[in-house]
Amino acid sequence: MTDLNKLKIAEARDLLRKGELTARELTETHIKAVDEADVLNAYIEKTPEIALEQADKADAMIKAGDAPAMAGIPVGIKDLFATKGVHTQACSKILDGFKPEYESTVTQKLWDNGAVMLGKVNMDEFAMGSSNETSYYGPVKNPWRRGDTDTVPGGSSGGSVAAVAGFAAMGATASDTGGSIRQPAAFTGTFGIKPTYGRCSRYGMVAFASSLDQAGTITRDVRDGAIMLEAISGFDSKDSTSVDVAVPNFEAALTGDIRGMKIGIPKEYYLDGMSSELEALWQKGIEWLKAAGAEIVDISLPHTKYALPTYYIVAPAEASSNLARYDGVRYGLRETVEGGGLEDMYEATRAAGFGDEVKRRIMIGTYVLSAGYYDAYYLKAQKVRQLISNDFKEAFKSVDAILTPTAPSAAFAPGEKSDDPLAMYLNDVFTVPASLAGLPGSSVPAGLDEGGLPLGLQVLGKPWDEETVLKVSGVLEEAASFNHEPKVWWR
Amino acid sequence: MTYIIQGAHDDFEVVIGLEIHAQVTSNAKLFSGAATEFGAEPNAQVSLVDAAMPGMLPTINEECIRQAVRSGIALGAQINKFSKFDRKNYFYADLPQGYQISQFSHPIVGEGVVTVDLEGGKTKEIGVERIHLEQDAGKSMHDQHPQFTYVDLNRSGVALMEIVSKPDMRSPEEAAAYVTKIRTILRYIGSCDGNMEQGSMRADVNVSVRKHGEPFGTRCELKNINSVRFVRQAIEVEARRQVDIIESGGVVDQETRLFDPNKGETRSMRSKEEAHDYRYFPCPDLLPVEFDDDFIEAARESLPELPDAKKNRFMEELGLNDYTAGVLVAEKESADFFEVLVDALAKKAGKDAGKVAVKASNWLTGDLFGALNKASKTITESPVSAAQGADLLALIEDGTISGRIAKDVFEVMFETGKDAEAIVEEKGLKQVSDTGEIEKIIDEVIAANPGQVEQYRGGKDKLIGFFVGQVMKATGGKANPGVVNKLLKPKLDG
Repeated sequence: MTDLNKLKIAEARDLLRKGELTARELTETHIKAVDEADVLNAYIEKTPEIALEQADKADAMIKAGDAPAMAGIPVGIKDLFATKGVHTQACSKILDGFKPEYESTVTQKLWDNGAVMLGKVNMDEFAMGSSNETSYYGPVKNPWRRGDTDTVPGGSSGGSVAAVAGFAAMGATASDTGGSIRQPAAFTGTFGIKPTYGRCSRYGMVAFASSLDQAGTITRDVRDGAIMLEAISGFDSKDSTSVDVAVPNFEAALTGDIRGMKIGIPKEYYLDGMSSELEALWQKGIEWLKAAGAEIVDISLPHTKYALPTYYIVAPAEASSNLARYDGVRYGLRETVEGGGLEDMYEATRAAGFGDEVKRRIMIGTYVLSAGYYDAYYLKAQKVRQLISNDFKEAFKSVDAILTPTAPSAAFAPGEKSDDPLAMYLNDVFTVPASLAGLPGSSVPAGLDEGGLPLGLQVLGKPWDEETVLKVSGVLEEAASFNHEPKVWWR
Repeated sequence: MTYIIQGAHDDFEVVIGLEIHAQVTSNAKLFSGAATEFGAEPNAQVSLVDAAMPGMLPTINEECIRQAVRSGIALGAQINKFSKFDRKNYFYADLPQGYQISQFSHPIVGEGVVTVDLEGGKTKEIGVERIHLEQDAGKSMHDQHPQFTYVDLNRSGVALMEIVSKPDMRSPEEAAAYVTKIRTILRYIGSCDGNMEQGSMRADVNVSVRKHGEPFGTRCELKNINSVRFVRQAIEVEARRQVDIIESGGVVDQETRLFDPNKGETRSMRSKEEAHDYRYFPCPDLLPVEFDDDFIEAARESLPELPDAKKNRFMEELGLNDYTAGVLVAEKESADFFEVLVDALAKKAGKDAGKVAVKASNWLTGDLFGALNKASKTITESPVSAAQGADLLALIEDGTISGRIAKDVFEVMFETGKDAEAIVEEKGLKQVSDTGEIEKIIDEVIAANPGQVEQYRGGKDKLIGFFVGQVMKATGGKANPGVVNKLLKPKLDG
């Protein structure tokens, strides 16, 4: 069989169960595809031996007839998920050589489900970035190019989306703090879903901003997203913020029936200077849902404009504290100064170990928590965060889901925004509000811009209602019939 | 008595507030499952959470919450059904996370009050501001290698209660009494073992001085004092230092200082300018701690009788005086020993506890405490158990042996751990109460001392003591003194 690596998870699952395909074949094909995609720089650590071992285990599970949905499915793992004995550095130099003695809950659930690890995928350092240009391991290239010009894959889950869009993984784990799943999904024509905060355990996930970080998935379509998300969801007593609610059968939610459902269109998401093609795409999305029987409701989320500034106070504040543990004392990089003391070691280690963007956010975070500034920044941001959350609560009294664009533009060129942090931060303008409110959200590939690059639409749902997000996403996907693939240039 | 520091010109008063750090008695740490036992090999009791490995998350140990609530109730304090954990951010090698998880804005326990016992039976009420839970840090060891500092993380993450007093103390004695009382209460309820030498309890002491009637002066914080005696000394030394500064026209700087018991001085650790900006903010890894009235009630019901209540009972029901009751309740083990002793004795002697309690307390605080003291043993190491003590005292009660013989028997018991009855039997120390036998000896004594008999009969009444002594001597001290007295007088009187 050719092009095994282009199969969707659901298709492969069915073939595996019918015995028409083995996990080993599927995995071998993918190992090759991973090697051929080296130029994308999606993988920063390949684990073919582990993959084959897991594939054989999966084949045994499948033979025994009780294989879970992810059995034998080769996936990429974002570098911030702890994988026992395997490179886990959140793509930072400061964790140089770190291999944990433990497994994150999310990846453990995948292995328990029979999934196959192809390797660890690239990301922005500590998930701080929107273009995957801050990684210690170098930038990731988007399989999608504007003509012959490279584009960024988005971030921070740039390696996850590049691997999936580049057919070098059937799915990938990702994490979203302010849009790190949805924005890169939009840039690469993939489906990304971030569940409700508390749906997936954060145990073993290198922390960026604890109150926002949430694991999720990147897949090539909505059904695959439903399958993979279900596999990594669930309560975990090792994470106090994970919530003990039942995990539904997400795939079963994909009925395609949204008749009578109310979809909110927030007026505040019409930005000045929004490109006409993006606005047109959004309008198309509205028409598609209407055509499928949904009722379109204009809504207001009045505090939307404060979301980005709020996010860039709360997230760096938590990050400045979360990243204090990287001090050169116990693991990772240690830089010492001849004749120097403890303080010198801290300074040298952190100066050498963190990249510019991480340092910038640590400094912002330290500043906003400092005596004399706490009330004006951090405390006020927390209050605004509550108002933003209340906006959504109010809106969800009258609608079942919300439809917006995912990102203000399609993928841009490397270096285009990396010298202008504010322009870079604007990438998250549509995704950040839902992150602050802890809501589930997805990005569905919905069309191409005039340069032939994918654009995504974002679906937001009520807390714990990933089913509606998936259902609406499925309808959009069907209507958009997005069958585009990037031209393979990287082999 | 007011404690006054005399300066060259004025008299000064000292104002003291304490922060007591008490290690919560629990099998596991505050936010991890690692063990907390004292004395383990360095870094043998460290979980991935305690070492702050990437991606590790704290989860609250409910037992620590329960113990904090029990402690709050025991200190008569407000229990907060809603509290929160915050991060206190600072860098140090033995602080793996780069922050300590503590409670800053919403502590688990609010205001309370403790009655401390002062000399001469006086008491004073000292306010408790709050109790909050926090993680302990690890230990830096600077003496293991010429160039490097080693870090032991066994203590990292161990649960501490920080008990913050109000600035209500006005003398080293009051501060010492406060620490002692807090320690006693926590030990009673079992929320902290109070072992100051092993570091399970230590105090930060805030000291300032002022002339009478003036507002509070600038305070200095004396860190990590680990004995009641040092608390007292540190305050004396620091108050004197501050008075000297003021009297010589200087200004006391607000700073953190270290007490050096060897040199008897305090030294500056860091000034206010060098103080950390801890950047407290709510710990996003933990949910607020919330519980209901049932949780509080269950904690209340689990409390034993507290020392003040016990002391009152010892005085009112058992007739002990204030001093003795105070001595007995100071250590839970002594009070427990006493209660077993009294119960066993009352049962054996067939009398009310109230009838035998004073005798029991006298023997315990006199004979047993004396012997333990001499042997440098604690009450829990006593070679004579409470039941054995009761046996001994019962032998006095029923007249088997005299009080004097009992002292000899006790000595043997303390040395050998044998039972009183066995010793009495073995050594033939049984008291002679047989009137016939005693009468015979009296007759012999009278016959042998005609001169003294003459003098007695001539009006020298006091000589009766001589005759009692002679009879006792002749019986090797075993004659029942009551019986001797009763029989001797009529015979002498003729």
